[in-house]
Amino acid sequence: MSTTTAALAVEDLHVTIGRGARVARIVRGVSWSVQPGQTLGVVGESGSGKSMSVLAATGLAPATARVEGRAFLDGTDLLGLGPGELRRTRGRGLGFVFQDPMTSLNPLLTVERQITEGIEEHLGATRRAARTRALELLEMVGIPDAARRLEAYPHQMSGGMRQRVMIAIALACEPTMLVADEPTTALDVTTQAQILDIVRELQERIGMGVVWISHDLGVVGGLADEVVVMYGGQVLESAGVQTLHDAPAHPYTRGLLGARPRLGRLREELVAIPGAPPDPRALPGGCVFYERCPIKAERCAHEVPPLAEVAPGHLARTFCTEER
Amino acid sequence: MTPDDASTTDRPLLSVRDLSVRFPAGREGRVRRWVHAVEGVGFDVERGRTLGLVGESGSGKSTIGNALTGLVRATSGTVHLDGTDVLTARGRAARELRRRIAMVFQDPYASLDPRRSIGATIREPLDVHRLLASRAQRAARVAELLDLVGLPAQAAQRYPHELSGGQRQRVSIARALAADPDLIVLDEATASLDVSVQAQIMNLLRRLQRELGLTYLFISHDLAAVEHMSHRVVVMYLGRLMEQGERSGLYERPAHPYTQALMSAIPADDPAVERTRERILLSGELPSPVDPPSGCVFRTRCPLAIDACADHVPPVHLDVDHTAWCLRTDAALAGRAPR
Repeated sequence: MSTTTAALAVEDLHVTIGRGARVARIVRGVSWSVQPGQTLGVVGESGSGKSMSVLAATGLAPATARVEGRAFLDGTDLLGLGPGELRRTRGRGLGFVFQDPMTSLNPLLTVERQITEGIEEHLGATRRAARTRALELLEMVGIPDAARRLEAYPHQMSGGMRQRVMIAIALACEPTMLVADEPTTALDVTTQAQILDIVRELQERIGMGVVWISHDLGVVGGLADEVVVMYGGQVLESAGVQTLHDAPAHPYTRGLLGARPRLGRLREELVAIPGAPPDPRALPGGCVFYERCPIKAERCAHEVPPLAEVAPGHLARTFCTEER
Repeated sequence: MTPDDASTTDRPLLSVRDLSVRFPAGREGRVRRWVHAVEGVGFDVERGRTLGLVGESGSGKSTIGNALTGLVRATSGTVHLDGTDVLTARGRAARELRRRIAMVFQDPYASLDPRRSIGATIREPLDVHRLLASRAQRAARVAELLDLVGLPAQAAQRYPHELSGGQRQRVSIARALAADPDLIVLDEATASLDVSVQAQIMNLLRRLQRELGLTYLFISHDLAAVEHMSHRVVVMYLGRLMEQGERSGLYERPAHPYTQALMSAIPADDPAVERTRERILLSGELPSPVDPPSGCVFRTRCPLAIDACADHVPPVHLDVDHTAWCLRTDAALAGRAPR
């Protein structure tokens, strides 16, 4: 994973909110990269820092957050740019899709205006050219009767249709990277299946890099090439998607896989992970997962395991790779 | 879990027949319009068992839970709990029914009073139904309930914001158990929790069922969670029954094209399998419940629909305990690829 050729590469990213004794360490030294045409899945539970790491890397952290580290989009460090330059670079090179399309879309603007705005601003297209492009985009994301839909407002569309509009907006400037933060979580499963299908197909056609943030390893499994598992602000494991399924190395990843009920595989008990994720204002001294870990090796109580290679291309932050 | 130890008869604990719930949706000229939220739904829940009610948004699954607990008024049909008509009960009988049917909601943040201590929250049903005479008895019962759901006794003095999401949902369950109900309606009770915590709550619910002989109506959009929790399953779409059966039959041999599409929409665990398997993708969108399609309401999105589906929705009995409301079950069963 080389930084120079990556579509997006994050290096040693830290995010804190507040100061002094009550400082919340939301992201603690996260690094990953996405090659052009590849998909990275960032998986974690609420409070793991998965969304914040990606938002901070793209300059979208809340104003109260302190962000340190570097984030290269196509070789340019986004975190070293001034506000105007950041806006231009991001507008041209990054597309975003968030969980709730209703709050991401402007309720007062037609679908057409929301798509053409970016095209005119960042690509310098005329109104007419932008409209033609908007129509193309809506057809590309599988919206039937696209010409009529251009005139519609968000409230006139279903959740699935709105999320397609979001994807159309995100792709309008042919970005280097698509950032998708739980984009199917609020949707029904049959709609989710449609959206996943569209993204898979578009990526093959356009060849952009994708970061797909999700709490659901299952959703990421069908899309991602590489997966990063986050917990307590750190990467606990990263590997190719098949490796992560076949041979998860970290007790937390194994716990996540065991906790989910799976269709057609009945068990008397689910293997629950006891307790709850740690408070980012009161993180433990040793391994961040120690409290909930089924192994609880002694040294983990006071020593933070390094993120080390357990196999080529497979990293895990644990001392206990042998004990399965 | 067998219902044999039940004190009364063989009759199901809960019996729903031809239940419809409609909401007014304004007028068009002189014609009143209605949202057909639930139409002609019927099912039984046996004592000590779990009925899973599965469907997507707009399926009417939550409206059914709300109708059982009196949160919305049913338009027609009957609901019997242990022989007592739930929909027509008034006064003392209605109060007693509210004690016997408890509910747990999706979001424990929203369903717990932030200004009330956990102890007071759990004690409230005891106070409302005047169940235990002395303060000491009620305090003892609260401690017992906390222990039952795996929370320490000191939690009684805490407030909701001091607890994690999983702990809050345990409090909701303790409150639901307080007045010793027969039936607990669980409406997406695990949906807003993290995966690791979801498993804790599902394990807790199943343990409580074993230990206390509880009966659950488990309402969820999550087919895998429903399979894990339920003895019997009802699949709904746009307010109607699509398929109903014992868990094993329904999951091993789904016969309704909608059930098949729902199952097909769930990603496979193994990425290699997920990338190569055949999926059933539904086209189009959910029709308006104000103006639902004639005949089978799923036909506008069904990959197997034929003209006759606009007129007929026969119940097809695939087994003693397995019914699909569909004209095309033969085609659906013939075409189904094994998962």
